[in-house]
Amino acid sequence: MINQNSPLFLAMRRFRRHRLAIFSACVLLSMIVLVMIAPLFEILLGVSANQVDLYSRMAGSSLAHPLGTDELGRDVFLRLLYGGRISLFTGLTAACFAASIGTVIGLCAGYFGGRLDALLMRLTDSVIALPLLPLLIVLAAIDLNKLGLPEAIVQSEDVSFYRIVLIVALTGWTTVARLVRGATLSLKEREFVMAAQGIGASDRHIMFRHILPNLLSPIIVAVTLSVGSVILLESVLSFLGLGIQPPMASWGNMLTNAQQLIWEAPLLAVYPGLLIFITVISFNFLGDGLQDAFDPKAEH
Amino acid sequence: MRWFLLTRIIQSLLVLAVMSFVIYALIGLMPGDPIDLMISSNPNMTAADAAALRQLFGLDLPIYQRYLNWLGTALGGDLGYSRLFGQPVLDVLFPAMKNTVILMGTAFILSVCIAIPVGTFAASKPRSAVDYGVNLFAFAGISIPSFWLALMLIIIFSVFLGWFPAGGIAVDGAPFLEQIKYMVLPVATITIVSIGGHSRYVRSSMIEVLRQDYIRTARAKGADNKRVIWKHALRNAMIPVVTILALDFGFLFSGALITETIYSWPGMGKLIFDSVMGNDFNLALVALLFATALTLTGNLLADICYAWLDPRIVIGGDSK
Repeated sequence: MINQNSPLFLAMRRFRRHRLAIFSACVLLSMIVLVMIAPLFEILLGVSANQVDLYSRMAGSSLAHPLGTDELGRDVFLRLLYGGRISLFTGLTAACFAASIGTVIGLCAGYFGGRLDALLMRLTDSVIALPLLPLLIVLAAIDLNKLGLPEAIVQSEDVSFYRIVLIVALTGWTTVARLVRGATLSLKEREFVMAAQGIGASDRHIMFRHILPNLLSPIIVAVTLSVGSVILLESVLSFLGLGIQPPMASWGNMLTNAQQLIWEAPLLAVYPGLLIFITVISFNFLGDGLQDAFDPKAEH
Repeated sequence: MRWFLLTRIIQSLLVLAVMSFVIYALIGLMPGDPIDLMISSNPNMTAADAAALRQLFGLDLPIYQRYLNWLGTALGGDLGYSRLFGQPVLDVLFPAMKNTVILMGTAFILSVCIAIPVGTFAASKPRSAVDYGVNLFAFAGISIPSFWLALMLIIIFSVFLGWFPAGGIAVDGAPFLEQIKYMVLPVATITIVSIGGHSRYVRSSMIEVLRQDYIRTARAKGADNKRVIWKHALRNAMIPVVTILALDFGFLFSGALITETIYSWPGMGKLIFDSVMGNDFNLALVALLFATALTLTGNLLADICYAWLDPRIVIGGDSK
């Protein structure tokens, strides 16, 4: 039997009251299921996502192509599904990666305090104060050969994906770092931490076993809220031709070609952007709902 | 206060110095180098010639030495020539900055002028339709990809309705109305994206103020609701809002990169993008440094505004 007064149960009850968040969770879940079973649709429609068919360029919707075809005769619906795979996966991976960096930095700063804290927090302030997008563009434009990376990595197909995840993580850890530091500062004065110190637990043990579990809910909220902004960044960089590289589809790079065809086929520009918008706003509503559920006192 | 200011300024300068090196190094990591570009059109160049040229221009030196060389000439006032425009870097930079200030300034004023009354109204009637509307709009604003919004506006207002041009800027000396026509879509894009966030700041700051004792006092003395909100509360609610607005100061000059690029608005954002993509090393370096410096200044301004506008805030401990 479930304990009706457990914090998790109470949080779930508060969450259920947040109708928009519930709705968003359903939207995101169905979207994830849809992109997971994309290969099934390929079999069903009898074409693959990257299959070029120059005889049916920019066709309208039909039974064979539910949302029509693009400028190379590729099926738009399938490409949207595969693009969604990339966009969602990039968003989730990069957000988690950024949160991990932020958590470690925040924990160290808050727990050890003193000089280290001052140094790390000045670093965080400095990163926050930088113009994000121009820097991301430079980071996305650098030549990996000049970094001395092995040829096998530079030439591989997935390199654009790893690059995006890495540069987003490098710039996106600051929110979580500040949040974790603040919470660690108050947690480390609590009795259970003192007790652990008393029985001789190591600093690392206290940080990751005693303090970290208490920080999980704010971190989860922060990650959920940041997935949306990561997806936006990925789509912008891909749109500008600096992110995910074709033929791999992403919602961002599907819009690049659509911009040039805006006079001939305006609908091609509508679908990918609409999906980005729906996904990002769903993550934001979900994060908002989770915040209310985990931290009912918070004012926003 | 003076101590606080001094440390903040020193910190900002330090960040700027570090960033100048980081940006210099990053630009060096971009594909190609100036010698490649120089010899690409000359078939008679041999590898030995290229190496000799590299040595002549000091490109074979280690990165920190190259940086110091560059810093020396830059501080002496020589920022180099832009490859794309064939002009000194600053001659390219300042007109672009002017265009950006016109675009961003208009959008900014528009957004704030709408956000303050809307946010205040939402705060005075929590859970009303306006309140929910502001909330939804704020969420939409942070969730919409601005490049897609720009594309949609172009499709609707340029492709279908043909009301406004899809991009560019009016030629110098064009009639005022013509100039406005080119500004409508980019200004609308930036305003739509920022207005929701701005209203939410005003709203939450206002709600905080309305809880204060002096508001209750004002009500107890019989001031009517309108007077309490627009006279007593609004001024105090503006303190955090001004801070947020100061944070936007950097964007005022460094520009909306995406919006400017899509509408081909010749401002700072487009300049940064074009110079990075066009291997214009000198221009990219200086434009990025300017953007960084201006963003840092905005942050500094925000801190100062905050301390200056609200005497209750004590920073740095010298309260006496």
